Amino acid sequence: MIRLTRLNKSYPMASSKLHVLKGIDLSIAPGELVAIMGASGSGKSTLLNVLGLLDGYDDGDYHLDGQRIGQMSETKAAGLRASLLGFVFQSFNLIPFKTAVENVALPLYYQEVPRRKRNKLAEEYLDRVGLADRAGHLPRELSGGQQQRVAIARALISNPKVILADEPTGALDSQTSLEVMEVLREINATGVTLLIVTHEREVAARTRRVIRLRDGRIEGDGPPETVFGTASPAPAAFAHVVASTSDSAPAAVLAT
Amino acid sequence: MTHLLDLDHWQEIRVALLRNRTRTLLTAFGVFWGIFLLMVMLGSGSGLRNGVLQGFSDGATNSFFLWTQRTQKPYAGMPAGRGIRMTNADVAAIREKVPEAEVVAPRNQLRGFGGGNNVSRGRKTGAFSVMGDYPEIRRVQSLRIETGRFLNPIDVEESRKVAVIGTRVRELLFARGEEPIGDSIVIRGVYFQVVGVFVSPQTGDAAERDAQTIFVPFTTFQRAFNYGDRVGWMAIISRPDVPASVAEEKVLSLLRSRHKVAPDDLRAFGHFNLEEEYTKIQGLFSGIRLLVWIVGVGTLAAGVIGVSNIMLIIVRERTKEIGIRRALGAKPSAVVSQIVSESVILTSLAGYLGLVAGIALVVGIGRLLPPGGAGMFLDPDVGVGEALQALAILVVAGVLAGLAPAQRALAVSPTVALRSE
Repeated sequence: MIRLTRLNKSYPMASSKLHVLKGIDLSIAPGELVAIMGASGSGKSTLLNVLGLLDGYDDGDYHLDGQRIGQMSETKAAGLRASLLGFVFQSFNLIPFKTAVENVALPLYYQEVPRRKRNKLAEEYLDRVGLADRAGHLPRELSGGQQQRVAIARALISNPKVILADEPTGALDSQTSLEVMEVLREINATGVTLLIVTHEREVAARTRRVIRLRDGRIEGDGPPETVFGTASPAPAAFAHVVASTSDSAPAAVLAT
Repeated sequence: MTHLLDLDHWQEIRVALLRNRTRTLLTAFGVFWGIFLLMVMLGSGSGLRNGVLQGFSDGATNSFFLWTQRTQKPYAGMPAGRGIRMTNADVAAIREKVPEAEVVAPRNQLRGFGGGNNVSRGRKTGAFSVMGDYPEIRRVQSLRIETGRFLNPIDVEESRKVAVIGTRVRELLFARGEEPIGDSIVIRGVYFQVVGVFVSPQTGDAAERDAQTIFVPFTTFQRAFNYGDRVGWMAIISRPDVPASVAEEKVLSLLRSRHKVAPDDLRAFGHFNLEEEYTKIQGLFSGIRLLVWIVGVGTLAAGVIGVSNIMLIIVRERTKEIGIRRALGAKPSAVVSQIVSESVILTSLAGYLGLVAGIALVVGIGRLLPPGGAGMFLDPDVGVGEALQALAILVVAGVLAGLAPAQRALAVSPTVALRSE
C-alpha cells in the first residue's frame, strides 16, 4: 500500500538546509495497523506530511496504492488525498460553525457529491461511530472524544484506503483515548490501512507494528513487544482501563 | 465549479461574512458609499444637463441668428462705424443664393418688455415684447399652443392683424375666465385680433420673458408700425445635411457683399449659432459625466480596497481552517472560488444597496422638484445603462478584490492542518 525507498527530505533554512528525513525505507502492506513513534524533532510529522501528500520530498521514491508519487500539481494532490487518504488530527480540526453531520460530509462536498446524498452518507458514518443522535450538534457542544469520533467519521466517509492519524488521542484523557483507539481498531479490522503517529506507548502498544524514528532515520521496526521490549511501562491505571474495556488488548500491555 | 450551485457554498459565505458583523458592515459601507455617491452624482449631472438643454428643447439646433451692428473697417469708399440696415431684399437674396439655408425667417421686435406700456385692451395696459414673425419661427423657438392657433402663412401673405399672446399677456389684459380668442388688443394704436395663446416650455427667466411676448405676422408688423421693408434680425435654419456653421458663413459673405462691408470685417454683422452653443454645452456635460465617473469609480475603488483588505484578514484568521479543508481534498480552485465568492457577494450586495439607495434619492429629489424643474435642474435620472454598468463594475471589482486574498489562501500549506496550537 505504501512504499518508501531511500526517501530524503530537507527544509531550506536561512543559510543551510535542515535535513529531516535521511533515507527512509519503509513498506506497509494493505490492512496494517502501524504506529509511528519518535521524540519531537525526530521527523515523524514531516514523514506524515509526505505520506499524506501534504508536502513533497527531495529524492527517493514514494509509491501509494501502486502509484508513484512524484512532483505533482496541488490540484492532483488534492484529488489523490480526497480519493485515497483520510486524516484524523490531534486537535480534531472540525470546522467550528458546521454541525457534526456537515463536518462529516465535508470531504464529499469537495468531491462534488450532491448535498442530499452526502448528508445521508454522513449520517450513516456518524451512526457507525455511535453519534447518530448528535448529528445536528456543533463541535463545541460535543465532548473531546465525541469530536474525535466525528473526525474519524469524516476521515472514513470518502472510503479511503489509508487513514493517517496524527496523535489522535493527544488531547484526550486515557479513558476516552481507549475508546477512540477501539474505534480506530474496528476500522482497521474492515481492511483500511491505519497509520498512527503517537508518542504514547499505550497507544502504540495497541497496534500491530511500531516504527520508531530517531533523527530522521528508522531506528526500530517490528511488533510492539519487540520494539518496546518485554517490560512494557504502561501505567497500572491505564492497564486497568484496558483490561476492563477490551479483551483484545495486545499481550504486552496485559503482561504488566 | 458545480459547487456554486450547492447550498452549502452559499451557507459558508453567509457564515463567513456574519462571523464579524461589525467588521463586515463597515467594510460593506465603503462600497455602499462609493456607489451611492456615484449614483447621486450621475443623477445630479443628468438633472443639470436636462435643465440646461431644456433651453434648446424642440428648437432646431442647426439654426443661427443674425443681426446688424456697425462696420469696423472702411471699405469701398465708405467709412468705418457705418450702420447697416437689412431689408426684405436681403431675405429674398439669401433665399435665392444660399440653398444651404432651408428656412429664412426675418424678424422685427417692438421693445416693450421692461420699457413703457405699448399694448392695451380697454382700461388694461401692459408693456410686452411684440415680435413680427414668420410661422417657421416655431422651428427655432419651441412654443406650445395652449388655445387657438399659431401664425400661419396666410396671415403673413395677407398681412392679417392677428396676434398670438403669451400667458402673462392674457393674465394682464383679460379678466380671469375671460376668453381671449377672437377678442382684440391694441398694439401701438393698432387693433389686432387674438387667435392663440401659447405656453413656453422653457424654465426660469426665459419662460417669464416668453410669457410676456406677443407674436404678429411679419408683414403686418412692417406695415402697422412703419417699418417699411426693414428687417431687424433673422433666424436661419440650415438644411439637415448641412452644418449650420457652413450656411452661416455663406449667408454672412453674401450680406457683406450686398452691404459693401469689408470681407474681413467680422463685427459688422452679429450672429449667434445655436448649433455651436449646443455642441459646446453637450461637450461640457460629457466632461462633467466623465469627471463624475472618475470621482465615483475612485471612491468605489477605495471601498473595494477595503474589501480586499478585510478579505486578507479573514484569510489569515482562517489559515488553519483552509489548511484543514485542503487536507480533506479541497482543490485550489475550490479555495479560490470560496474566497472570490465571498468578496463578490460582499461587494455586489453592498453595492446593490448603494445603487438602490442612490437611485431612490435621485428619484425622490426629482419627485420633489416642481414640474418644469427648479432653476437649472430638471428630471434628475440615472439611466438603466449606467446602473447596469455600475453593477458590472461592482462584480468585476469584487472579483479583483478577492484575487489577492485568494492568492494568499492558496499559499496556505495543507500541512498547517497538522499543526496543533
